[in-house]
Amino acid sequence: MATRALLLRRHSVLPGFNLALGFALLYLCFIVLIPLSAVFLKTFTVSWSTIWATVSSPRVVASYRLTFGASLVGALINAVFGLLVSWVLVRYRFPGKRLVDALVDLPFALPTAVAGIALTSLYARNGWIGGLLPFKVSYTPLGVLVALTFIGLPFVVRTVQPVLEDLQQELEEAAATLGATRLQTFTRVIFPALMPALLTGFALAFARALGEYGSVIFIAGNMPMVSEITSLLIITKLEQYDYAGATAIAVVMLVTAFVLLLLINLLQAWARKRQGALT
Amino acid sequence: MSAIPSDALSAAADTAKPARPLAPPRLAGATSEPAWVRRTLIGVALAFLTLFLFVPLIAVFVQAFAKGLDVYWAALTDSDAVSALKLTLIAAAFSVPSNLVFGVAAAWAIAKFDFRGKNLLLTLIDLPFSVSPVIAGLIYLLIFGLQGWWGEWLRDHDLKIVFAVPGIVLATVFVTFPFIARELIPLMQAQGQEQEEAARVLGASGWQILWRVTLPNVRWALLYGVILCNARAMGEFGAVSVVSGHIRGQTNTLPLHIEILYNDYQFAAAFAVASLLAALALVTLVLKYIVERRAKASYGEEPRS
Repeated sequence: MATRALLLRRHSVLPGFNLALGFALLYLCFIVLIPLSAVFLKTFTVSWSTIWATVSSPRVVASYRLTFGASLVGALINAVFGLLVSWVLVRYRFPGKRLVDALVDLPFALPTAVAGIALTSLYARNGWIGGLLPFKVSYTPLGVLVALTFIGLPFVVRTVQPVLEDLQQELEEAAATLGATRLQTFTRVIFPALMPALLTGFALAFARALGEYGSVIFIAGNMPMVSEITSLLIITKLEQYDYAGATAIAVVMLVTAFVLLLLINLLQAWARKRQGALT
Repeated sequence: MSAIPSDALSAAADTAKPARPLAPPRLAGATSEPAWVRRTLIGVALAFLTLFLFVPLIAVFVQAFAKGLDVYWAALTDSDAVSALKLTLIAAAFSVPSNLVFGVAAAWAIAKFDFRGKNLLLTLIDLPFSVSPVIAGLIYLLIFGLQGWWGEWLRDHDLKIVFAVPGIVLATVFVTFPFIARELIPLMQAQGQEQEEAARVLGASGWQILWRVTLPNVRWALLYGVILCNARAMGEFGAVSVVSGHIRGQTNTLPLHIEILYNDYQFAAAFAVASLLAALALVTLVLKYIVERRAKASYGEEPRS
């Protein structure tokens, strides 16, 4: 009753609020919140010096550098090509367009282990694509980048595409009648309107890449200091029964993920505002 | 989209009055790009997608059948593969219904009522999306593992959660937690509550409103959420890998079985099992396509009817 008075703001004739919200909150607590809090509680049982020693050891720092670097570059590649793909899908007609549009979601639907072994064999020295390249991709940091680009691919396309579809072409016509070239119209009229969605897609792809595990471990080669991602280090620590060490690294990753989640929510609020102002 | 008809129009205008250079052709050109730019952009986009999407997908099926149908069939009917398939189905059979009930309850509360803390609740529902799958596995080790909170108690009572089926189910439920809720909430928010209120005024009970009004209105989004949730449940790798213990024939799911085969250099067998999951992914995409078309058709008609 007290929670009801606290939570309910507007009276409604519809029934079931207490039951639905109560069940949802209970389920959320048992499946997500209590288990997640275990990670933070575990860190309180370990001394700060131990935690700091773990998360700042050279091998772990090298893994941050690779994970962040490859995620960032992968998200940038996806920002550029995702914008291009969504532009092509919205504005042009070509044979097989619907098929291409449907397949963009493949990285969402394809299990990461399947993506991992497929990319590894393709980009290996004797693979279809790796054989054509003069440098090694599989089992190097470059392989990590390939995997992270693959799994982040749908994010930018699926955030930019709806905004581009809703964009009023009258604005472009107005720009053209005012004497703007097509390139000027794109950089000054279209691109600013797409910017919030593009940034959101970029942040989503980046966040997804940071935590990725399945597709990367096959192609990375997992050499300490060179091609070892942070998620793998957690697994390595767990296999050595070093739960405290694994938890310390996990906390660093979780905090990063939460900060990104907050940033993405702010970006999406900004994007909605911008879109509301335009339409 | 509108570029082609207006191009055609301006071309028609040109042939009708060739002497007068008119504004319309310039305007049509100004809201679309020259043909060579269009072709280049399409070409680059398709090349990128080919390299990163189509070739990997084709490679899975080609490599699966590389050593012939016999090897393919043997890999799928192998007893370890069959038990991995069973465990994968069990994990999905638990996580899809439980997350479905949660999704409907959460969407009902969030979309049909106003309450404080709604945005916080929405963020919390998204939380499992931003948690690395490895960490999703780790949290269950910290609770139910031997060094964990309830580890000793579980051992004393001879109960096994991690490195056993319950742990795999729990980890799968966690990673698939937001899928159905995320599909339902925005749609039910957009639909508002007028129809439900009308049903209420006409004397329908809460369950009747849910079954006869709300759920039929969101059936396509619901179906798509279930499909996505199922695909992720069957394909989850990182979280399950942490809590599974990798006991062949007992705690291996299909993705983990693929990893073992691949690391044993049994590439054809690994890709054979992978082709099952890739086929599931393709079915998911086809269903998504159908659901989106149906959704567009039925929701598009609603304002008129």
